[in-house]
Amino acid sequence: MSDREAPKPPTTTDGPTAAPRRTSDTVVFTGSIKDFLAQEAAGDAGPPTAGPMVELTGVRKVFETTGRNATTQVEALRDIDLSVASGEFISLIGPSGCGKSTLLRIVGDLTSVSGGTVTVRGKPARQARLDRDYGMVFQAPVLFDWRSVQKNVELPLEITGMSKDQRAARAREMLALVELQDFGGHHPWQLSGGMQQRAAIARALALDPALLLMDEPFGALDEMTRERMNLELLRIWDRTATTVIFVTHSIPEAVFLSNRVVVMSPRPGRITTIVPIDLPRQRDVETREMDRYFELVTEVREALRAGEGGPGGGQDRPGAGATGDAARRVAAEGIGG
Amino acid sequence: MTGRSVGRQALTVVLFLVAVLVIWEGVKLLGGDPWRFQDASGQEIVYQPPFEWEVAGDRALPHVWTIWNALAAPVQRQQTESLGAFLVGAALYTGREAVLGFIAGAVLGVILAALFVHSKLAERAFVPYVVASQTIPILALAPLIAFAFGNGVVGIVIVATYLTFFPVTIAALRGLSASDPRAMELMRACAASKWAIFWKLRFPSSLPYLFSALKIAATASIVGAIVGEGNPGGSQFGLGRSILNFNEQYGSGPEKLWAAILAASLLGIVFFLAVRLVEHVVLRGRPKADVG
Repeated sequence: MSDREAPKPPTTTDGPTAAPRRTSDTVVFTGSIKDFLAQEAAGDAGPPTAGPMVELTGVRKVFETTGRNATTQVEALRDIDLSVASGEFISLIGPSGCGKSTLLRIVGDLTSVSGGTVTVRGKPARQARLDRDYGMVFQAPVLFDWRSVQKNVELPLEITGMSKDQRAARAREMLALVELQDFGGHHPWQLSGGMQQRAAIARALALDPALLLMDEPFGALDEMTRERMNLELLRIWDRTATTVIFVTHSIPEAVFLSNRVVVMSPRPGRITTIVPIDLPRQRDVETREMDRYFELVTEVREALRAGEGGPGGGQDRPGAGATGDAARRVAAEGIGG
Repeated sequence: MTGRSVGRQALTVVLFLVAVLVIWEGVKLLGGDPWRFQDASGQEIVYQPPFEWEVAGDRALPHVWTIWNALAAPVQRQQTESLGAFLVGAALYTGREAVLGFIAGAVLGVILAALFVHSKLAERAFVPYVVASQTIPILALAPLIAFAFGNGVVGIVIVATYLTFFPVTIAALRGLSASDPRAMELMRACAASKWAIFWKLRFPSSLPYLFSALKIAATASIVGAIVGEGNPGGSQFGLGRSILNFNEQYGSGPEKLWAAILAASLLGIVFFLAVRLVEHVVLRGRPKADVG
């Protein structure tokens, strides 16, 4: 299915630390729109440097809730140090309340830090947001009901002031990338959950962001659709130059997608382990059947349990493997989406 | 779908009118004055209702056909214009004022709501006054407005605006602040300006709320125009003036006042349905177009 598209994706079989892929030889997009986006990004410090895409140093986050009598402080994140290389796919995983979503929102400048520094492409997170370096995908697709799917994808382009023809062309291109080219005229509520989330991904990619932030994007989908979407996402990631930070609570998903899995523990949220995923870069349905894949799933699971401070940690679902098996068989037969 | 839904709405209105007629004549049948008919030979037949209720008498509640016949009769003795034609003219006159007041009130309401939604300070400072403004009876205020803006259309439009802007402000304020917080974050992630957030997110998502208020405002604007006209020195024309005049002549022809009231309510229904039609067109393609 993924090789139905005409242009051959740029081969990116190198590891995450390969030279930045966000260069002019990325032939996925047509010239004029590329020019526009280059213009749009003219405020940036030229082409991306070889430095990290995201650099977090000593990040702290304390939430203050003012009650009737007193102000209670909840420490959501403590001493977060993390460096994400350009072109890398990173997953943040941890039990509920470990602050993984908060961390993602801090990178995206949707939440402020209480301490420490966040730089994205060498700039403060706020500047990166104003430069439109981000694409965001949430657990809910958050499509606008009153707009067609095509117009939803055009929304960020409208905000940047791109001309009507250019944004229509760009949106069609993005819809083709997520294989929704026949659904541009539909309204979001006429699509299935998986299709809505693909439209949300198309919208997030419309501005050709350097960094894609995904907060449990497939968490609301059924297992079959989720596995299919994982493959789709890897295909899209291969064809764009985007760095991805991906929040999930699914161990198999994190292992399957990532270059590195960042394991977090709750109260306060800390990074306990970072598990490098040394699976071959080209991943497909068979990856999920490799021995190494299962070893890595186990490794992440044990890291999670260690972080919980004992056995019986909340995220360990004994049945997950079996469910995955069944889902994989059905997905291979082409159902879903 | 749109056409059918509006059609159903119109049918409901017709059924309602039929029900009113049946109850109206039913009450007269039970407790009104004696009914007099002439049969084919010119012989008079008298029907005596079983009860005698003052409210059902011909003076308080004329027969529907008396009102109907009055519409075709001259509006005054020695005049050629029929009451029906006169009332249509008066309704158009009043309708024009009401529409102007409606538009002014809707625009004012949305602007105020937009101001309040962007400034907590403005909201805290002014919303109490917006609410307080509606506690002053319009009957007390209308003469003041006429005094300030002179007799004529401007003063009347202001009265209609006054009754219109309030429900629009409150509903628009609620609608503009009801945007999905995740959608707000999405706009933030795109570094959208406040202007872009307003026009691309806040305003479109407020439209179902806004239309609920506009339907209330449509009828309120007609009440406002009628009160404005009826105000001493308000206007020489329009339904408000007619209602006052026919009120004075009630003893000699109660059916004229009833006809004027009928015209006023029909005007209100037409305006309401027009707003509803616009709502259907504007909100087409949304999953839940019908909010009431």
